[in-house]
Amino acid sequence: MGKIKFATIWLDGCSGCHMSLLDIDERLLDVFSKIELVYGPFVDFKRFPSGVDFAFVEGAVSNDEDEEKILEIRDKTKVLVSFGDCAVTSNVPGMRNHYKIKDLMQRAYDDNADIKEKTPKTGIPHLISHARPIHEFVTVDVFLPGCPPPADVIHYVISELIDGRLPDLTGKTRFGQ
Amino acid sequence: MPKELVIEPVTRIEGHGKVTIFLDDNNDVKDARFAVTQFRGFEKFVEGRPFTEMPSIVERICGICPVSHSLAASKACDAILGVRIPNPAIKIRRLLNCGEFIQSHALSFFHLSSPDLLLGFDRNPNERNIVGVIKANPELAKSGIRLRQIGGHIVEWLGKKRVHPAWVVPGGVNEPLSVEHRDMMLREIPEALEIIQTTLRFFKGMIEDFRGEIRTFGNFPSMFLGLVDVNGNWEITDGNLRFIDSRGHIVADMVEPSRYKEFIGEAVEEFSYLKSPYYKPSGYPDGMYRVGPIARLNVCDGFRTPLANREWAEFRDLERGPVLSSFHNHYARLIEILAVIELEEELLNDPEILDPHIRAHASVNEIEGVGCVEAPRGTLFHHYKVTRDGLMQWANLIVATGNNNLAINQSVLQVAQHYIKGTEITEPMTNRIEAVIRAYDPCLSCSTHAMGQMPLVITLMDSKGNVLNKVIRD
Repeated sequence: MGKIKFATIWLDGCSGCHMSLLDIDERLLDVFSKIELVYGPFVDFKRFPSGVDFAFVEGAVSNDEDEEKILEIRDKTKVLVSFGDCAVTSNVPGMRNHYKIKDLMQRAYDDNADIKEKTPKTGIPHLISHARPIHEFVTVDVFLPGCPPPADVIHYVISELIDGRLPDLTGKTRFGQ
Repeated sequence: MPKELVIEPVTRIEGHGKVTIFLDDNNDVKDARFAVTQFRGFEKFVEGRPFTEMPSIVERICGICPVSHSLAASKACDAILGVRIPNPAIKIRRLLNCGEFIQSHALSFFHLSSPDLLLGFDRNPNERNIVGVIKANPELAKSGIRLRQIGGHIVEWLGKKRVHPAWVVPGGVNEPLSVEHRDMMLREIPEALEIIQTTLRFFKGMIEDFRGEIRTFGNFPSMFLGLVDVNGNWEITDGNLRFIDSRGHIVADMVEPSRYKEFIGEAVEEFSYLKSPYYKPSGYPDGMYRVGPIARLNVCDGFRTPLANREWAEFRDLERGPVLSSFHNHYARLIEILAVIELEEELLNDPEILDPHIRAHASVNEIEGVGCVEAPRGTLFHHYKVTRDGLMQWANLIVATGNNNLAINQSVLQVAQHYIKGTEITEPMTNRIEAVIRAYDPCLSCSTHAMGQMPLVITLMDSKGNVLNKVIRD
């Protein structure tokens, strides 16, 4: 049977939601005694495993690799949590959406560079035209908004999921919290 | 045709990183590169927004060091307002910076790097993580969690949130420190001191075990950059820039951060979203320099506070000149935690820290401003241009970790050349390549003002495309 499999991942985010998760402080020890952390920035597994019980996905979908990734995660996960405002609404990554990618690149790699014969393009993902929330690509089971969601609310969600319930987040958090 | 070894994602760092190693026909490492695989475009998409929004927007560059960005942004905005902020505001911003340093450095040491340092670089990846550390040494893990919490409390009790506090603003901060919160912070200091001093003793006792890593993890001559105060002492919130060379000679000193463009240029490479800053007078890529904990301890003439100063002197005794091994960032980080706890105590015992006069008010007086602070990972620059109405026209950010791009690349090459031999690629080898990156505690979201992550396949192919060896890290 084994422990509950918990995975976390960040797409186009800032890691702030993951930091808020760590802000549950000493409750981390209790959480880690009940779950197995099978994937994420805090562990060294390089491949997203199958049979994940619940996954927290931080960040918007912003490049072609994020797109592939979110489909794979959805396929391998029972309960998918859209974690934080970037995942739920695209938030700050979405602020680039009314600019053309070439203008974003021009500012960073031409206007703001001194040695600029080259442009980043080899072996790295390509931006998609708009940074979008993850529910535009896959079905989401739990929306956990906030920038970041408060640590106590994150702990509540994890606890409910460990006990086999979908959390009721009414009044507990909101966009921009 | 070169053979390629790819390590992706680099784990237990902030952000998205990828390593590619190039091997020749004898399977010797010819070249290595470190790439950041994501990009968001902050420097462009802030155009048109009121400059007063910048401190809040740029916090979302990074969830580990949002405070650093809000401080640098606000200082750039102070310059646009043309104000000198009141003394209580200077002090209280500095206090916030202390909280963040504790929070961030504790994360780097305990949550991200301790699995390698304590459990071993060769340990099975199933166990080589914070969960494994909790099992193997619960006291150390709890101390690390508690220390990070104490840092987070300073940020929270000043700014109402531990991540992305809306508190530092153009002209100062938006609320003074209450007596209750000041007393709560003071009460946590003895425990913080105890934890860091125990950890320092513990880590110094282990250093001999890391001789191999010390020798090979980014151990090479380079310039260093950091802020220093008027007396040349270690400084993280205000002060001026100092560049030193690998022998410790000062090459540029007391440079006002607004002049950064005279000294720092940025180069673009094809294989990474991260640009490479370089010291302009030396050109690219000879002008490589490092920032961050060892850089700050190398450029300064000492620490104003006694406990940190003593530790610093012992640290500098490691080598005749500047400490060159990036492995020693772990040690330097612990000393910096000690220093900010001492600094925090000094600030909290200063009655001016409660003074309600914490903001200067003005409108746009200059159309350009530069703000600079030391983020935990290194020197951070925010440079803005606005219209007369205060709408953003242009931004340039040189972010901490980004300064280290050339050095990280060289470090990855150094470790790869030392540890990879023959066609057999083992997980401990690839973990060591990742571990040298972790020594820099990189913040890759910051560095490209963007973020992301992905899985790992290492494929070794010969020139005909036959797969010689493949390792899938699960």
